[in-house]
Amino acid sequence: MESPKTVWAALASPRYLISSWPWRSYGYLFTSVPMGGLAIGVLIGLAALGAVLSPILIGILLLTAFPLVGAAIGRVERWRAGLMLLDGISSPHAKLPRTLSLRQRRTFRRREQASMRALGYSFVLGVLLWPLSALFAGISATVLGVSLAAPIIADGDEMGMGPWTLDTFWEGLLFLVLFTPPFYVVSSYLLGVIAGAQASLAKAMLGPREQELQRNLAELRRSRLDLVDAFETERVRIERHLHDGVQQRLVGLTMTLGLAELDLPEGDGRRLVVKAHAEAEAALADLRAAVRGIHPRVLVDHGLEAAVREVADRMPLPVTLQLSIPMRLPPPIEAAAYFVVSEALANVAKHAQAANCEVSGWVDRDRLVITVQDDGIGGARLGAGTGLTGLVTRLDALGGTLDVDSPPGGPTRLRMECPCRLGD
Amino acid sequence: MPTRRLSIVLAEDSLLLREGLASILDRAGHDVRDSVGDADTLLAVVRKDPPDVVITDVRMPPGHSDEGLRAAAVIRAELPVIGILVLSQYVADAYLSSLLETTSGGIGYLLKDRVGHVTEFLESLDRVAGGGMVVDPEVVRQLLARRRNDGPLAALTPRELEVLALMAEGRVNASIAEQLVVSEAAVRKHVGNIFAKLRLEDGLDRRVSAVLTYLRG
Repeated sequence: MESPKTVWAALASPRYLISSWPWRSYGYLFTSVPMGGLAIGVLIGLAALGAVLSPILIGILLLTAFPLVGAAIGRVERWRAGLMLLDGISSPHAKLPRTLSLRQRRTFRRREQASMRALGYSFVLGVLLWPLSALFAGISATVLGVSLAAPIIADGDEMGMGPWTLDTFWEGLLFLVLFTPPFYVVSSYLLGVIAGAQASLAKAMLGPREQELQRNLAELRRSRLDLVDAFETERVRIERHLHDGVQQRLVGLTMTLGLAELDLPEGDGRRLVVKAHAEAEAALADLRAAVRGIHPRVLVDHGLEAAVREVADRMPLPVTLQLSIPMRLPPPIEAAAYFVVSEALANVAKHAQAANCEVSGWVDRDRLVITVQDDGIGGARLGAGTGLTGLVTRLDALGGTLDVDSPPGGPTRLRMECPCRLGD
Repeated sequence: MPTRRLSIVLAEDSLLLREGLASILDRAGHDVRDSVGDADTLLAVVRKDPPDVVITDVRMPPGHSDEGLRAAAVIRAELPVIGILVLSQYVADAYLSSLLETTSGGIGYLLKDRVGHVTEFLESLDRVAGGGMVVDPEVVRQLLARRRNDGPLAALTPRELEVLALMAEGRVNASIAEQLVVSEAAVRKHVGNIFAKLRLEDGLDRRVSAVLTYLRG
């Protein structure tokens, strides 16, 4: 039989009385005495300090130091509750990034709801729990100790136990045999229940709340998605800005230069204008390529298949396409997939020494899957200076993955997977 | 000088480019009847008094998406005799299908940069006005990059495909001959072979049909 993990499971077990659990209960109740004393001492001390220094300071302390003290006590108490609940109590506090300064951490911690709960628990511990523990565990331990020692005490002296008076060793032994076992049974269960109730109270007040966990998780995902979305919006804005601004002006310039060519007679002047015209056109072509790298228009207007086809057409090596993506996907997903393919193909052209390349894309149970495979020399790695590293982060925020399998000697196979919906 | 004076409606949201285009067309002796900045006004103006040719930008207010293309499709459906020249700062073959839904009437799809090559641009405009088809060399290049191993084009020789690609750009036989450094008679022979292999009936639209077959792959 599996040994119980909590005091409640232990209480239900027939082996409770011969297990370590009654003694754990004693341990838990007795250690709550110094903890409770410490808690109430520190809290009263702080309050008194504030009252002495200035009345306003109490208010400030209540808002700043108290929650932090509460959180610190909570931390010790969660550890102590491990006596009663072997799996312990996990922390309700949010994990903070390492980059935060100590000051920022403190500010965050004291505003956390969990810190306020821990402060509340500290008061309950300091005012109610430790006297209660001291009373029950103290009386119980004393009675148990005395009854175990009854034969010896009664042998030397007269001993009054409730209605009985014991004055010989044998009377003491009789008392030990008759009284101690039932007392041990009753007191052990009683203390187990009291200690268990305290540990459960600690868990309820110091542990993470279900909706808190859910909310934190949802918030985290949402904020990451927001970030991806913000990047996407920014790219659209930049593309629009280039389209409406510098591209228009360059097109206007080519028109003017074209007209100038018509008006000028053959000669050096005309040759220069023709050259300027060609340069303006080259600048436009460069700009178009740059815009394609920022936010390809065909992706917005015609979706992933058309955009991937266009990238494939620009490759210096033949690219076979096997695309079957029946619907339009949310823009951040289409963009991520597009840039994965475009980056992967660029890498194939630059490094793989491949003669052929195949891009496949399909939707499998609400997940978009894209593979890019070449017949090159292999040895490619994610993060080895490729532009794919940033795309891994981007995919991660969308709940997707990117894997590269590229043994030395080839072939290289890249596989991308991503949910077809945002927030999945 | 153009073969005839065309009445033209211009749709382009950038004032700079609208004026640049208008001045080029004016110089060539065409009549820029209306200049508008969005697709809705374009449709209203064209329905009220159909011009010979509509020159439209792809991306216009309010959505800045493909309003110009959609307006072009509506005009094609309602008034197929009007030639439509679509200009864009960016061209891709993915946009062709919405332009090629009907075979009748002139259609053109060009990068805006081409306007600066004034003589060629005006030739393209004339071709569109005459019911011909003009496709930007960049789009043709994209189409060529894609190997086609099936469909009706599989029967054509590489040389015939080359000729067909140049036809798609809107070139006449003389221009194709010059480009490929062959005689015009040789080009005529290739064109005849193309018509035969694609099983195109005799008629004025054969050239357009051949190009359409090519563009649709």
